[in-house]
Amino acid sequence: MPLNIAVCVKRVPDTAADKNLDPTDFTLRREPDESILNPVDEVAVEEALRLKEAHGGEVTVVTVGPEAALTKAARRALSMGCDKVVHLSDPVLHGSDAQAIAYALACVLRRGSYDLIVCGSESTDARTSLVPPALAEYLNLPGLFHARTVEVEGDRVRVQREADQGYDVIEGPLPAVVGINWGANEPRYPSFKGIQGAKNKPVESLTAADVGIESTRVGLAGSQSQVLGFAARSAERRRILVDNKDGNAHVKLADFLQEAKLI
Amino acid sequence: MDFDLPPETEEFRRVVRSFAEEVVRPVAEHYDARSEFPLEVVRQMGELGLFGLVLPERYGGADAEFITLCVAIEELARVDSSVAITLSAGVGLGAMPFLLFGSEDQKETWLPPMAAGEVLGAFGLTEASGGSDLSALRTVATRDGEEWVIDGSKAFITNAGTPLSKVVTVAAITGRSEGGKEMSSIAVAHGTPGFCVGREYRKLGWRASDTRELVFEGCRVPVTNLVGEQGSGYRNFLTILDGGRIAIGALAVGLAQGCLDESLRYARQRMAFGREIGAYQAVQFKLADMATKIAAARDQIYKAAWLRQQGRRYKAVASMAKLFASEVAMECAREAVQIHGGYGYIEEFPVARHFRDAKILEIGEGTSEVQRMLIARELGLPGAVPGS
Repeated sequence: MPLNIAVCVKRVPDTAADKNLDPTDFTLRREPDESILNPVDEVAVEEALRLKEAHGGEVTVVTVGPEAALTKAARRALSMGCDKVVHLSDPVLHGSDAQAIAYALACVLRRGSYDLIVCGSESTDARTSLVPPALAEYLNLPGLFHARTVEVEGDRVRVQREADQGYDVIEGPLPAVVGINWGANEPRYPSFKGIQGAKNKPVESLTAADVGIESTRVGLAGSQSQVLGFAARSAERRRILVDNKDGNAHVKLADFLQEAKLI
Repeated sequence: MDFDLPPETEEFRRVVRSFAEEVVRPVAEHYDARSEFPLEVVRQMGELGLFGLVLPERYGGADAEFITLCVAIEELARVDSSVAITLSAGVGLGAMPFLLFGSEDQKETWLPPMAAGEVLGAFGLTEASGGSDLSALRTVATRDGEEWVIDGSKAFITNAGTPLSKVVTVAAITGRSEGGKEMSSIAVAHGTPGFCVGREYRKLGWRASDTRELVFEGCRVPVTNLVGEQGSGYRNFLTILDGGRIAIGALAVGLAQGCLDESLRYARQRMAFGREIGAYQAVQFKLADMATKIAAARDQIYKAAWLRQQGRRYKAVASMAKLFASEVAMECAREAVQIHGGYGYIEEFPVARHFRDAKILEIGEGTSEVQRMLIARELGLPGAVPGS
C-alpha cells in the first residue's frame, strides 16, 4: 500500500554557529544564512524516504517559519528526495511556544490525508521534544515517540521505542504520528541532481488564515508558556582522582566516563 | 561581472565538505598508512554521484558543469588527496575518452557504470621512458584482420588496478604518417589475455590511490575497441590533458586550503612562551601569505574552468592555473609543517600527509617545467613542445 507521508521539519541555527537570544522578547535570533535543517529532522526525512522506497507513495515536507525555513530546511529535504513542500509562514506565529507550533502544524496537516506523520524527536535549538506528542494530541492520532526503527505493515505501524537500557516495541494503527530519535539511521547526502531537482518541486505557501489558525492561540501572546529570562550555563571544573589500590583503575575510569556519557 | 558560483554548486560544495569531514577524514590516515585503496569510501562517493557529475543524464550522470566537479575535487582534497585524485582520474581520464571520442556502443557500455562509480576506467598514456613527450611513445598496436594486437608497457597509470578497474584506454602507435608516428586510443578490458596489471608502486604520497604499471604482450582486442578515429590519438590526448590540468589545479587548491585550515586551528591552540603561536607575527604572516596565495590560485582555477565551459580558449590559463596552484600547494604544505613544528613531521596531524601528497602536484599532468614551456609557447616564444 503506497504511503502518504508528511515529515515535519524545522530550520535551526547551524550547530557550529553562535546562538543568541533577542533580549527584548527572548526569542532565538535566527540568521537566515546560518540556518540548517534540524539534524534530527534529517533523520526523520531519511526514515520517511526509506518508507516511501519500501512501500511507494510520496513524502510531503511540512515546515513553519520565515523564508529560511523554506530555503534552508525544506529545500534540503527536497534535495534528499522528498516530493513537495507545504510552507506555513505568518508574522502572527512569531514567538510561538512548542504547543502553539504543534497547534499550527496540526491545522496544516488536517488539510491533507496523511497515513503517517513523521517528526524528529527534538530540535537542536529548543530541545523540548514537545511538538510530536502535542501534535498527536491536536490531531487526535496515536503517537509513537522516540523511535529507533519504524516499520509499516498493512494499516499498522510498529516502532522500537528507545528506553534507558534498551527498547520497547510498540504498535498502533495508521494514521499515526511518529517521533524519530537521533541515530535511527544515517541520513543520505543530497546528490547534485537532487539539489538541482529540488528547485522545480512544488511548494505550497500558506498563511495562518489559509489554514484556519486562530491568531489568539499562536505567537508570543497566544502561547501558554512564556520565557521570562535566560542565563548561560556556567562551566564547571571538577577533578576526579581514580586510585589504583586494587589494580582496577582502568575499570573505574571507564565506568566514570560511561556514567558521564562521555564514552 | 559575477564572481559567484551557481547556487547549486555552492550548496553541493557544502554537501561534499560534510561528506569529506564525516566519511573521508576518519579513515584517511588508516588507508594512507597501509597504502590501501579505500574501496568503501569510493563506493560511497559513487552513491553520492560524484563520478557522474559531469556526464550526461542519459548515461546516468547529472549534467553538471565542469566547475562543479572542480569544487568537489577541491573539497575532497582539503581532507584527502588520494580520494580526490581517484575521482579526478576516474572522470577526467577514465570516462572522458569515451564521452568525447567513443562510439555510441562504447558509451553505453562504459559510461553508466562509470557514472555510478561502480567501474573505474584508466588512461594508459605515460610510459617508463616518456610522459609529456608524446613522440617518445613506444607501445604499438598492429592490425591483424578484425583485431588490434597491442605490445608495450605503460607506467604510473592511475586507477588501473583497483577492484573497480575494468577498462583502460591505451595510447598506441597504429602506423606511420608523413608527420611521424600515427597514434590512436584503444580500449582494453581487464581480463583480456595478454594484458597484465603490474604491482602497485610504493609512492611518496597519494598512497591510498592506485597507481600501476601495465604490460601488453600480444594483447588482442576487436577493431571496434578503437576509441575515436584511427590516427586522432595525439589531438585527443591533448584535449584530455588540458581538462585534467584544471582538475589537478582544483586538487592543489583543496590541499592548500586543508593546510591553511589545519594551521589556523593549530596556531590558535598551541602555546609557546605564554601565548598561542598565532599571536606571533612570524606565524601570522605565514598564514596571511597562505590565504592570499590560495585565494589567487582558486580564482585562477575557477576562471580556467569557466573558460572551458564557455567553449573558449583556455589552454594557457589552464597551464598557468595548474602551475601556480600546484606551487602554492607545495608552499602551503611546507609552511603548514613548519607551523606544526615537530608535530608536523609525524603522522599525528594531517599536514604530514598533505606535505607528502603535495609534491606530485608539481609533477603529474605536466610538470611545472612543462607548464612553463607551454606558457612560453603561448607568449609566442619558440619552443620545443610540439602541438602546444
